[in-house]
Amino acid sequence: MEIDIKHNIVAAITMHTQKVEGGVPIFYVKDKEELVKVATYIAKATLGMVHDLDNGTYIVVKH
Amino acid sequence: MNSVPVVVLSILTGTWARIYLLRIDYRIYPSYPQGYVIHVMLGAIAAFLGAVAVPAIISKDYQAATFLALAATQFREIRTLERETLSNMEATELVPRGKAYIEGIARVFEARNYLALLTALLTSLTAYLTPGATAVKFGCALIFGALLPVLIRPVVQGQVIGDVADVEIAPIEFDGPMLIVADVRIMNIGLETVRQVYRKQGLGVIIKPRNPNATATLANVGQRQAIAHDAAGQLGIHKDIDEPDYTPLVRRQISTGCVVMAIVPSEPQPEALLTAVRNVPILEGARKKPLASRAGRLVD
Repeated sequence: MEIDIKHNIVAAITMHTQKVEGGVPIFYVKDKEELVKVATYIAKATLGMVHDLDNGTYIVVKH
Repeated sequence: MNSVPVVVLSILTGTWARIYLLRIDYRIYPSYPQGYVIHVMLGAIAAFLGAVAVPAIISKDYQAATFLALAATQFREIRTLERETLSNMEATELVPRGKAYIEGIARVFEARNYLALLTALLTSLTAYLTPGATAVKFGCALIFGALLPVLIRPVVQGQVIGDVADVEIAPIEFDGPMLIVADVRIMNIGLETVRQVYRKQGLGVIIKPRNPNATATLANVGQRQAIAHDAAGQLGIHKDIDEPDYTPLVRRQISTGCVVMAIVPSEPQPEALLTAVRNVPILEGARKKPLASRAGRLVD
C-alpha cells in the first residue's frame, strides 16, 4: 500500500525571520527573487504547490 | 416449435444489443480491442442466458430456469471488474476521474449487460408468442430484437450538464495571488510565472443551474470532478505531475449554487471548452431531486 502525506505544509520560505516559526522546515531568504527561486525548487522537488501569503512568505503545500 | 433456432436468433440479437450499446466514446473506457472482446463475450453469455429462459420454461424445465436466475447474479461481478480496473488506473491520470465517475461507468457496464440479456429474452418470447407460420414468428422476433436496443438507448443514456444548466465563459482574474472566476476565489497561486500562464492561456467557465434539482446535483463533489476530468481529457491539459498549480479546480459559488472552473487547456478554445462541459454526463449517484419533496418545493 502506498502512503502519501497530503494537504500538508512541506516548507515555509520567508524574508522575515520573525514571521514564521514552528514545526515545518523554514528557509530564510534575502529578497523576492530568492524567495521565488527557492520556493520553485522546493515545490519541484516535493511535487508541491507554491502559495503566496502576501507578507513576504511563501509556503509549499502538498495537495 | 424447435427451440434451437429461437435460441440462436435470440443470442444474436442479444449480442447485437451489447455491441450496439458499446460505443466508441471518448469517455467510456475502454475503447480498446481487449476491452471490446471482454464486453462482447460477456454480452454474448448474457444473451445466451436470456435466450434459453423462455424455451426452458416452455419445456417445463423449471430447474434450468432457476439456475439461470442464479447465473445472472454473476454479472454483478462486471461492476466490480470495471471499478477495480478504473480505480487502479486512477493514479495514472493527470486529472483523476474521481470515485463517483468510476462508480457511474461501472454501473453502466453492468446495466448494459442486463440489457443484452433482456433483448435476448424478449426476442425469444416474441418468437413464441407471435401467431402464424414459423417464418413470420422468426421475422417478427428478428425485427423486434434488432430494434429494441435502438429504442432503449435514448432511455438509458441519461442527461448531460447542458440539459440542466447554462454553461458560459467567465473571465479569469487575480486578486494578489488569489485566482478568481466569477467572484469565486478558487485557489492561491504563489508564482507569478504560473499566474501569467493563467492570464494568457487559461479559461474560466461558469455553470449556472436552471433549477434547484440541478443546483443540488452540481453541488456533488464527484460530479464536479467528472467535469474537470472530461474537460481536461477533451481539450488536453497544460500540466504535468510536478505542476499541481495547473490542476483544474471546480468550485461552488455558495451564494447562488453556480459552479465555476478554471483550467489551462493545451489549446485555449472557449467554444471547445463549453462543448466539453455541456456534454459531461450527469452521474447517477450525484443526481438529486429536492423538487420531488415537499420541503424542496417549499424552499424553491
